[in-house]
Amino acid sequence: MSQDLDLSRRHFLGVATAVTGGVGAVMAAIPFLASWKPSARAQALGAPVEVDIGKLEPGALLKVEWRGKPVWILRRTDPMLEGVRESDPECRDPDSEQPQQPEYARNEYRSIKPEYLVVVGSCTHLGCSPVDRFEVGSLGPEWYGGFYCPCHGSKFDLAGRVFKGVPAPLNLLVPPHRYLSDTTILIGSDSGVA
Amino acid sequence: MSSSHNDGAQVAGRGAGGFNRWLNKRFPLDKMLREHITEYYASKNLNWWSVFGSLALVVLVIQIVSGIFLTMSYKPAAADAFASVEYIMRDVNWGWLIRYMHSTGASMFFVVVYVHMFRGMMYGSYKNPRELLWIFGMFIYLALAAEAFFGYLLPWGQMSYWGAQVIVSLFGAIPVVGESLVEWIRGDFFISDITLNRFFALHVIAIPLVLVGLVVVHILALHEVGSNNPDGVEIKEKKGPDGVPLDGVAFHPYHTAKDLVAFVAFAIVFAAIVFYAPEMGGYFLEHANFEAADPLKTPEHIAPVWYFTPFYAILRAVPDKLGGVILMGAAMILLFFLPWLDRSPVKSIRYRGWMFKLALAVFVVSFFVLGFLGTRPATGVYTTLARVFAVLYFAFFLLMPLYTKWDKTKPVPERVVYHD
Repeated sequence: MSQDLDLSRRHFLGVATAVTGGVGAVMAAIPFLASWKPSARAQALGAPVEVDIGKLEPGALLKVEWRGKPVWILRRTDPMLEGVRESDPECRDPDSEQPQQPEYARNEYRSIKPEYLVVVGSCTHLGCSPVDRFEVGSLGPEWYGGFYCPCHGSKFDLAGRVFKGVPAPLNLLVPPHRYLSDTTILIGSDSGVA
Repeated sequence: MSSSHNDGAQVAGRGAGGFNRWLNKRFPLDKMLREHITEYYASKNLNWWSVFGSLALVVLVIQIVSGIFLTMSYKPAAADAFASVEYIMRDVNWGWLIRYMHSTGASMFFVVVYVHMFRGMMYGSYKNPRELLWIFGMFIYLALAAEAFFGYLLPWGQMSYWGAQVIVSLFGAIPVVGESLVEWIRGDFFISDITLNRFFALHVIAIPLVLVGLVVVHILALHEVGSNNPDGVEIKEKKGPDGVPLDGVAFHPYHTAKDLVAFVAFAIVFAAIVFYAPEMGGYFLEHANFEAADPLKTPEHIAPVWYFTPFYAILRAVPDKLGGVILMGAAMILLFFLPWLDRSPVKSIRYRGWMFKLALAVFVVSFFVLGFLGTRPATGVYTTLARVFAVLYFAFFLLMPLYTKWDKTKPVPERVVYHD
């Protein structure tokens, strides 16, 4: 053992130990952090749901649950579809440029078939569930029917498009979905076998 | 009163032999009591504003004790939680009392802490050399906010559920990672049983540990720099021949005697609320929360509990999601920077000019008005008012370097003075 301390060697060893220990601590943290991600059971319960729309009247709204969120299926009448067109100037994103829908629902009515609107009924502001205000003019002269969020006053038209000047930034989300038959919709999956 | 610092166990009224001697050779009990209680000197002119620190400690104890007993009957599962709270209220012996103590304690914690913080702002207690003390205190406040938020989900009522939904969604405003972050926090695609279970863990063990640790650090920092006083005079700068600050008196028995009076007054108020108005007209326990959580139905009007409403009003005042979240966060975080925003040469409001007094008054009024607006629906004139007062709230902080510099201050005395 030498009497002279090699300080740079000691410093190097100190740093090397700290770095090695630090890497180990980070790696040990991974399982704990990853344990917070949705578990296998949560993912299984988030599987697609099949909905029978055969008995849905024109103008009626059906609410189903998918992944704990309300999904709305609205069978729109012709005046309702006209209301959607009339609402264009009021909308923040009238052409659905934001990725709030699958490609096949990126159109004027934000749906596969214009008659049926399928959207997740939670406000894009903070996740409250808006209420229906279908009556024309019930929320002012430029109101052609739509949805109103009671939490913070966001407004959406009958295609789930968000109005200008409200807190919600985006149109309502159109979930992945497809028609299994004319009267059955599968919500949560748009490809393959569910 | 002798202040001999021999290593013996010489504490007033206690023997120096036998068990005490044995104990103190093995554990520094008397040394700690002297350092933090009997020979910790705080200014003799402390007024009633300075009892709120001790009161906060009292409430912490109430919350921990009542909380421990609640966990013995509460079930942290979506299917059972709401019913288990009803079970506590109706079937557990004295369960209603324990639960109302806990729910009242939550609100009273914020009352006490807000007054405690206001005292600090009024007397410049965050200024040199107490910057770190203030920052530890701010971390306590943030931990307390987290604790209250996680705890509010546990009764699994409608407001629990949708309040959590709204607050967790705030993280979704963060660009790119926002949505996956929200999913990670919830552990599910919505606020579910999984979320409830983990919030329970955070509420009963993780955050309380952090909170208690921070309180210890806060008190250690306080005892290192010494308590501020209404004159903002550093009493340590004028010491007697015995090394004791001339304007200081021992924390025990002098300040503890006064704190005890405050505690009795506080206990009277606390008991009155617990026994006669535990819901406080919907402000301490919101009416919507007496209905079990329903993920498919949002209540007509969502408002957080009163202690968060000022920040909530700021969030809603901004017509942009990310902007609202940033401003709400800033409203809390700006408090951390008070020690450096304040350029005034004096600490206490007693020696400050009209500008600071006006600014502090505007701040307090804004806080109350925003707090009120946060309980109302966000419509028309309420939104306009919220915007006006949010601007005033931020002006207090952002203009502070200017008005504290321009402000005319009065000369600070050498020693603390009494005002009759």
